[in-house]
Amino acid sequence: MQINREEIIHIAKLANLSLTDEEIDKYTNDMEEILTFANTVNNVNTDNIDELASLEENYNVFRKDEVKAFGNREELLKNAPSQEDGMFKIPKVIK
Amino acid sequence: MAREDYEIVMGLEVHSELSTKTKIFCSCPTEFGGEPNTHCCPICMAMPGTLPVLNEKVVEYAVKAGLATNCDIARTSKNDRKNYFYPDLPKAYQISQFDMPLCVDGHIDIETEEGTKSIRIERIHIEEDAGKLNHDEYGRGSFVDLNRAGVPLIEIVSKPDLRSKEEVESYLRKLKSILEYIEVSDCKMQEGSLRADVNVSVRKKGSKEFGTRTEMKNMNSFKSILRAIEYESNRQIDVIESGGEVEQESLRWDDISGKTFSMRDKENAQDYRYFPDPDLVAIKISDEYINNIKSNLPELPDSRKKRYMEEYKLPEYDSRLITASKYLSDLLEEAVEVCNNPKTVSNFIMTDITKFLNEKELEPEEIPFTAQQLGELVKLIDKGTISSSIAKKVLAEMFEKPEDPNKIIEKNGWIQISDEGAIKEVVKKVLSENEKSVNDYKAGKDKALGYLVGQAMKATKGKANPGMLNKMFLEELNK
Repeated sequence: MQINREEIIHIAKLANLSLTDEEIDKYTNDMEEILTFANTVNNVNTDNIDELASLEENYNVFRKDEVKAFGNREELLKNAPSQEDGMFKIPKVIK
Repeated sequence: MAREDYEIVMGLEVHSELSTKTKIFCSCPTEFGGEPNTHCCPICMAMPGTLPVLNEKVVEYAVKAGLATNCDIARTSKNDRKNYFYPDLPKAYQISQFDMPLCVDGHIDIETEEGTKSIRIERIHIEEDAGKLNHDEYGRGSFVDLNRAGVPLIEIVSKPDLRSKEEVESYLRKLKSILEYIEVSDCKMQEGSLRADVNVSVRKKGSKEFGTRTEMKNMNSFKSILRAIEYESNRQIDVIESGGEVEQESLRWDDISGKTFSMRDKENAQDYRYFPDPDLVAIKISDEYINNIKSNLPELPDSRKKRYMEEYKLPEYDSRLITASKYLSDLLEEAVEVCNNPKTVSNFIMTDITKFLNEKELEPEEIPFTAQQLGELVKLIDKGTISSSIAKKVLAEMFEKPEDPNKIIEKNGWIQISDEGAIKEVVKKVLSENEKSVNDYKAGKDKALGYLVGQAMKATKGKANPGMLNKMFLEELNK
């Protein structure tokens, strides 16, 4: 076993998910399979290969530091379930 | 064992907002303040389908900061996602850098009582700032303002090389002045553009092992940082002394109660699951790029300090204090351009100006008058137009209502009396009214001369040329 139930519960918690017991069992098995698959890649010999920063061959895609204001707050807040004074209103966050 | 038997070990993570015009991954302005959510767009608000594009200035400024702190610059670097849920973080991950930061292995030198000490810098990386949560006093909810979300930050991580709160203060001041000199951050602590997390642990003196550390998060004034260190190190010593063990945890410093509080319970221990951001490509930096930035770095505080001691013949202490603030250092140099008298300008900065700033709790940037005006003031003393005691009064006026010192002295009738006839008249009058002091002087009490000069100054409201007064008194008394 490369992964156990406790680890699945921990990962679910980090992702803000609540899982049923059946789901935990199912995901433990699924995850086990994913890890076995990934191990194939892990076992490749990479001794003489430089570390890659990205799979994308492109690099240095930059933007100029020039302001382009979006300028439409209403549009940005339009889909918010609740808003007040130009801000998203959310359940109280305890400091 | 007593507190003195322990050594405090600290490392700092300093977050500094970069003074770019736009955010790190979108073209929204970074300006401080503004109506809530007006410096935002679909990218920094994390609307589905939007993609980040890195601001080239952010890379440039971070490399600049790295070079100014003696770091090695990575030839290949990348951005990673740091995952956690909090309502001020719209994407539910912060784009930061994990294992390939832009700058590594630097150091800066600080002055301590035992001499110069080198504080090692582990890394400098780039990341985005979070938004701001506002809470209303009725507890109806929290309100999210994302103007600050996506403002570029550099995080400067030191090695655990700091051993006292004095060292922490010199390190922070030095770092702040370097960032100001290279103009990558305005470092306004009151606006949160410079904040620090402090890692603290204690160990018995002589011990080689580090103790368990706690991390105090997000403090933005020197005063809170120093108080928090004092409180937290004592707390840890007390825990150990009473037979307990320090727990590794994140703490929140509360300025009002003067205590630290645990931020997260252990069950929620952070697990950020960093991974490379697939929306962004690698950053590759050429030697040419680095050399170009290196050759355009401005003069740094250490070099200016050395120059002030050698060229201006200023004491080490004065040179260090003035160069710690880029603003004061520029003020000195520009005023010296006008009056060519570094000693007097430096004295004004070290005494009257510093005193005034402390009294009013102002930052050097808030000095209302210009370097030109300060230079003019010193010129007026050197020309003998005003005495140095009048100059102090002029300076006080310049703080209240900044204008050309020539105008101030004219308006107040403070021009020094250097007319021989007028001074002679005053001297004669003072001598005739103070027979006792005249006799004292003649009986060998040199101090009496000082009293007489003082009386003449009083009679002329400080305007008499002190050199001429002295000379004339001596002439009359020795007749």
